[in-house]
Amino acid sequence: MRPSRARGAARHAWLFVVPAVSAYALFVLWPIVQTFKYSFYNWDGVSTATWAGWQNYKTVFSNSQLLAVIGHSFELMLFFSAVPIILGLAVATVMRRFATGRVSAVARTVLFLPQVVPLVAAGIAWSWMLSSTGAVDEVLTHIGLGSLAQAWLGGFNTALPAVGVIGAWVLLGLCTVLLLTGMSKIDPMLYEAAQLDGASPLREFISITLPELRQEIGVCVTVTVIAALSAFDIVYISTQGGPGNATMVPGLEIYELAFYNRQVGLASALAVVLMALVLACIMPVQWLTKRGARP
Amino acid sequence: MIVARRNAVAGWLLLLVLMAVTLLPFASMFTSALFPSGTYPLGLSWPSHPHWGNFVAAFQDANMGQMLVSSTSIVAGVVPISLVMATLAGFALGHLKVRGGQVAFLLFVLGLTLPLEGVIVPIYYEMRDFGLLGSRWAIILPLIGLFMPFGVYWMRAHFVNAPAQLSEAARVDGATTWQLFWRVHVPLARPALTSLGILLSVWTWNQFLLAIVLVDDPTNRTMAGSLGAFQGQWGTNIPLLSAGSLLILAPTLLLFVLFQRHFVVALLQGSLKG
Repeated sequence: MRPSRARGAARHAWLFVVPAVSAYALFVLWPIVQTFKYSFYNWDGVSTATWAGWQNYKTVFSNSQLLAVIGHSFELMLFFSAVPIILGLAVATVMRRFATGRVSAVARTVLFLPQVVPLVAAGIAWSWMLSSTGAVDEVLTHIGLGSLAQAWLGGFNTALPAVGVIGAWVLLGLCTVLLLTGMSKIDPMLYEAAQLDGASPLREFISITLPELRQEIGVCVTVTVIAALSAFDIVYISTQGGPGNATMVPGLEIYELAFYNRQVGLASALAVVLMALVLACIMPVQWLTKRGARP
Repeated sequence: MIVARRNAVAGWLLLLVLMAVTLLPFASMFTSALFPSGTYPLGLSWPSHPHWGNFVAAFQDANMGQMLVSSTSIVAGVVPISLVMATLAGFALGHLKVRGGQVAFLLFVLGLTLPLEGVIVPIYYEMRDFGLLGSRWAIILPLIGLFMPFGVYWMRAHFVNAPAQLSEAARVDGATTWQLFWRVHVPLARPALTSLGILLSVWTWNQFLLAIVLVDDPTNRTMAGSLGAFQGQWGTNIPLLSAGSLLILAPTLLLFVLFQRHFVVALLQGSLKG
C-alpha cells in the first residue's frame, strides 16, 4: 500500500516541476545554447550566417579595444566590491557599538534607499551631480577644493572611477545591512572574553568580527562582483561608454555590437566570455566561504 | 575613556557623512526640479521662485499615466505566474523529493549567476520569431523564465524546512498530492511568498535592458525603460528631467517607506540565498 502510493506521489511530483523547467528552458537555457552557437558564426542578424570557427573568440582575446573593455570591469570591481564592503564593515561596526535602536533603524533605512530605486534613476541623478555645474563640484568649491572641480564623467581619467562611485553608492547600503545582520549573530561572549584579555577594539575586529563574518562577506563579494561584471544600466545612462571608450564595459559592448554594429557573432563570443568570467570569479569565493561556514 | 569618546565621535561622523552622501542625489534632483524649465541650475541651490508646475509638465510630456499603466500590467503579468511556477517547483524539489530533483535543482542554481547580457541577443531573435517584439509580452515572458532560478531556489529553501509530519498526517487522512500542496503547504508558505512577490515586483519595475532591447515604444515598457527614454528626450533639460525622474521614483519610494521591513528582509534574504 505505502510504497505504491509513494511512487504515485513521485510520478505526480514531476508535473509540479514541469512549468518552471519549461519557462526556464525556453527563455534561459535555450538562449544560452543559442549564444554559444551564434558565437561560432559571422552573422549580421538578417542575411545568412557563415561559419566562423574560433575567429570571434580570437578577436575578443586579441583586439586591444575589447581587452580594455574586459579590463574596465575589473577596475569597476574595486569600486563596486572593495569600497562598499570596507565602508560597510566600518559603518556596521559603528552602528553596532554606538547607535541606539532608533538611530540605527533610521540609518539603515536611509542607506538602503539606493537598493530600491532603479539603477537608471541612480544614473540620471549622478550624471547631473557629477556634471560641471553639479552638486559634487559645488560641495568641493565650498570646502576650498574648487581647483578639483570638473566634469567628472567627461574626463578620460575620471570617467571610469566616477561610474564606480555611482556603483559604490548603490551597493553600500546592501553590504552594510548584510554585515550588520551577520554581526548580530556573533556570540557576545566572544567579545566579553576578548575584553577580559585586554584586547583593543582593532584587535577584536581582526580576531573576532572578520572571521565570524566570513560568510556574509562572501555573500557581499559574490553579489557585488556580479554587479560589477554585468554593469549595464548605470553606464548606459551616465556615459554610454564614453568619453571615447573610457567607460565601455562588456554588457554595453555586447549590446552595441549586436544591435548597432550588427556583429551578432562577435557579440555572442563576448557574451560567452562574460558568462565564463562571472563563474570563474564566483566559484572560488563560494568555495572559500562555504568551507568554513557556520552550521 | 577619552579614546572611546574620540572613537565614538569619528564613528558618528562617518555615519552622518555616508547618510548625507546617500541622500544628496535625491536632494539635488529635488532642488533642480524646481528651477524654470530649460535653465541650468546650480547643483544644490534653492530657486527664488520654485516652479512646482514642472512636475505637472513632466507628467504630461512623458505620458506618465500611460507608463504607469504599462509598468503595472507588466508586473501583473510577471509576478503571479512566476510565483505559481516557483512555488510548484519549489514544493516538488524541496518537499516531495522527486527523483532526479537534484539535477534539476543544480540546473536552476547555475542560473543564479547568469548575467542577462549573456542571453539578451538570442532572446531578441527568439521574440522576433514569436512576433512579439514591441509588445509587453516580449518583456513578460523572458522575465518569467529569468526569475525561475531565484524563485525556485527561494521556495525550495522554504519547503525543505516544512515539517514532514504535517504531510504524513494529511496523507493518512487521504489527501492527494495536490490537496497536500494547496490546502496544507501553500497557506503556510505565505510569508515566503510575500517576500518573493515584493522582490520580483521591484526587479520587474526596475528592469531596463530587456525593455530597451525588446520594446521601442516607451509607453509599452517598464518604468525603468521609460525613464531611460525620458532621459534621451529631455537629457539637456535638467529641471524637467529631474522632475520626471522623481515622479517615476515616487511609487517605489512610497512602497519602500510603507513596507520597509518587508523590503529590507526580502532583499537581504534574497542576496543571502542568491
